[in-house]
Amino acid sequence: MDNATKKLITDAVGNQPQSTVTVLSSLLAVEDAIGYIPKEAVEAVAQRMAATVNDVWAVATFYPNFRFDPPTEHRIEVCWGPSCHVMGATGVIAAAQDALQLSDEGDTPDGKATLRYNTCLGACSHAPVMAIDHHLAGPVTPDSARARIAASLSAGGRH
Amino acid sequence: MTTTAGTEIAGTEIAGTEAAGAEAAETESQFDGILAEANRRWEALTAGDAPWVRVGTGLAGEAAGGFETLAAARAALDAQGVKANVSEVGTLGLCFAEPLLDVQTPGGPRVFYQNVTPEMAERIVAEHVGGGNPVAEYALGYLGEREAGPEGIAHLDDHPMRALETRIALRNAGHIDPSDIYQYIANGGYAALNKALTAMTQDDTLNEVRSSGLRGRGGAAFPAGVKWGFLAGNPDPDKYILCNCEEGDPGAFNDRGILESDPATVVEGITIAGYACRANRGYIFIRHGHNQPIDRTRAVIAQAYELGLLGENILGSGFSFDVEVALTGDSYVSGEETALMEAIEGKRSMPRFRPPFPAQVGVFGQPSNINNVKTLAYVPEIIARGGQWFADIGTPADRDNGINGSSGTAILCLSGAITYPGLVEVPLGMTLRQVLFDMAGGAPNGKRMKLLQTGGPLGGVLSASDENLDLVLDFDVFRMAGAILGSGGIIVADEDTCAVDLTRNLIAFCQYESCGKCFPCRMGMSHLLEILERISRLEGTEEDLTLMRSVGENMQAGSLCGHGQLGFNPVSSALRYFGDEFEAHIREKRHTGDCPEQVFSPRLTRR
Ligand SMILES: Cc1cc2nc3c(=O)[nH]c(=O)nc-3n(C[C@H](O)[C@H](O)[C@H](O)COP(=O)(O)O)c2cc1C
Ligand code: SF4
Ligand code: FES
Ligand code: FES
Repeated sequence: MDNATKKLITDAVGNQPQSTVTVLSSLLAVEDAIGYIPKEAVEAVAQRMAATVNDVWAVATFYPNFRFDPPTEHRIEVCWGPSCHVMGATGVIAAAQDALQLSDEGDTPDGKATLRYNTCLGACSHAPVMAIDHHLAGPVTPDSARARIAASLSAGGRH
Repeated sequence: MTTTAGTEIAGTEIAGTEAAGAEAAETESQFDGILAEANRRWEALTAGDAPWVRVGTGLAGEAAGGFETLAAARAALDAQGVKANVSEVGTLGLCFAEPLLDVQTPGGPRVFYQNVTPEMAERIVAEHVGGGNPVAEYALGYLGEREAGPEGIAHLDDHPMRALETRIALRNAGHIDPSDIYQYIANGGYAALNKALTAMTQDDTLNEVRSSGLRGRGGAAFPAGVKWGFLAGNPDPDKYILCNCEEGDPGAFNDRGILESDPATVVEGITIAGYACRANRGYIFIRHGHNQPIDRTRAVIAQAYELGLLGENILGSGFSFDVEVALTGDSYVSGEETALMEAIEGKRSMPRFRPPFPAQVGVFGQPSNINNVKTLAYVPEIIARGGQWFADIGTPADRDNGINGSSGTAILCLSGAITYPGLVEVPLGMTLRQVLFDMAGGAPNGKRMKLLQTGGPLGGVLSASDENLDLVLDFDVFRMAGAILGSGGIIVADEDTCAVDLTRNLIAFCQYESCGKCFPCRMGMSHLLEILERISRLEGTEEDLTLMRSVGENMQAGSLCGHGQLGFNPVSSALRYFGDEFEAHIREKRHTGDCPEQVFSPRLTRR
């Protein structure tokens, strides 16, 4: 791991603005800063919180929002909650899989994008909803989802 | 503060608050000084010399393109050299009309434009903001005096979604800049806390909430005053009030809707709860990743500290209270009250055994009270107007028939196959039919409304039968009908939706979100999902129905928290109302709606 990333981790864990600092708040801060939880971060959090590395892993693996390897350039999320489901989320998910050449959640082989399913993106009145690089969009159709994914992939780097 | 608030006061420089505040303190109470400053700022915005443009950038606004519209409006103002104040606002409730942009010219009516694209924003800036002529063809409605309405534009309160509303918790939503506490104060905010601290004892305050009959809006509808009494009665000096905005229920967005639109009402509410319960600390607990509610809540908390509305010796009363935002990772069960405490402590959010109850041993081992966002959002108005005022809204008790009375309003999130999806606040006692048809316009495209999913996935489904549409919004009436009014999410499905497929989707959610602590829930959910997938594929057998019931009984009997205990509801309610569709799948090997070709249910096992 390069020193810049190490410093991002130290800063994220060390400079949390709120007064209640916990294992979970520290992990969320690291995720915000670098998009994943490397083992160095688990160690840094354990040290900061006077917890064992085991305890920190236990928390990190419980919440499915944490990933443990570096993120790809783009994060594509599609909601499969019931509002979105009745409005056609299954078709949107199929379109997203197709556009990314994936058969399930996960990273594309070229490492450019990640497909994630979400239980509710919080904009249910605009179902079906997706989020590209944390930006919500909806209602989407399979075609508009494909177009949005294509546009974000061709726009390059992370937003 | 005007810059942090995201409101740019163009033209008129607004003088610093410190000087004005300090001067006033000599003669007036501390609060009067703050109020005077708030009023002065509000005057400048609404009746100064520049128009005020507000753009909806809540979660639904964002999804519809609100940020693009906002950027286009700002760019057009710059390019055309037009002076105006621009604010982001939360949700007005008319989500179907997002992106919503509205223009208020000084002293004039406020005109709302619907589905505003960046191109439309440019024209509105040129013709209305710059030229003073509303663009009637883009308008949804106006607010202001009826006689003075602009030509060709209807009054917004005549829109069916607003005509039947009674707004208490949502009174400011869509109207004020949620990140600017002065705007909240100028609209009546903090008068209640000031009243409680200066004119009421802690017991008076508690009794006011008791007499309001306010019932918790987080699901169980437990009387808030009674719960507060448990905490108030605990002599420990270090006590907590927890505000629950986990809101993991898909189809529910009212808690985040309140925090992204008017977080100050919740911050004031939790402070009043602290005073009434003699607590000294509060947490507002939000799922990470939802930036609008998180950032806006944090902004008003910081401002409340600056103005002496939080922290030591609030408004000089001697009462001290601290509040901060705590975030959780993705976990539906972390909304359960004891799991939430684990999450605040930074652990895996798995429910605890009870007793001890939270009022004895809560977060960090200290006595705690937990309420939903909506519950706390009502508190300022209850204190300002009196408990009886709130109790008079809603449905009366009829104890012989198991009805305890539901006072106040229901804050409903309407989504799915409905003409006007959005957020409405209506008096309890209204019927589902009034909400779904008179207000929200029924199912679109001439389709038949078939099914309602209320109160989150655990609430199960109701058929949209005449009998069910006549149900009145009342916590006990819903419970007796086998549904949950709960947090207020209503997902509507039309005739194209297959009841079996939707049930499978709901159980897939329950499986995904089981925290894994007790195996009847963890295994039961997986088992139910397998069976439902089988039935969806037309491979189910008669025994599968018996098997599901037996799994459901075990889950109900052997689960620690509501997730497992109520987790069979989606299946039992679907069997009750749509048993024929299960039969069709099993016996006749026939689909009963647009079942997707490929059955899609993500899986997750937490243990
Ligand atoms: C699995 C599960 C999830 C829950 N999620 C939430 C939630 O997201 N928000 C909420 O306010 N209450 C939720 N509750 C209910 C809380 O446990 C608690 O009853 C509620 O926050 C109390 O607030 P109230 O008295 O104001 O209703 C959940 C309960 C269970 C069993
Ligand atoms: S019932 Fe389910 S969600 Fe609740 S504690 Fe048990 S396993 Fe966890
Ligand atoms: S269910 Fe999809 S955004 Fe809420
Ligand atoms: S989000 Fe703006 S009206 Fe609902």
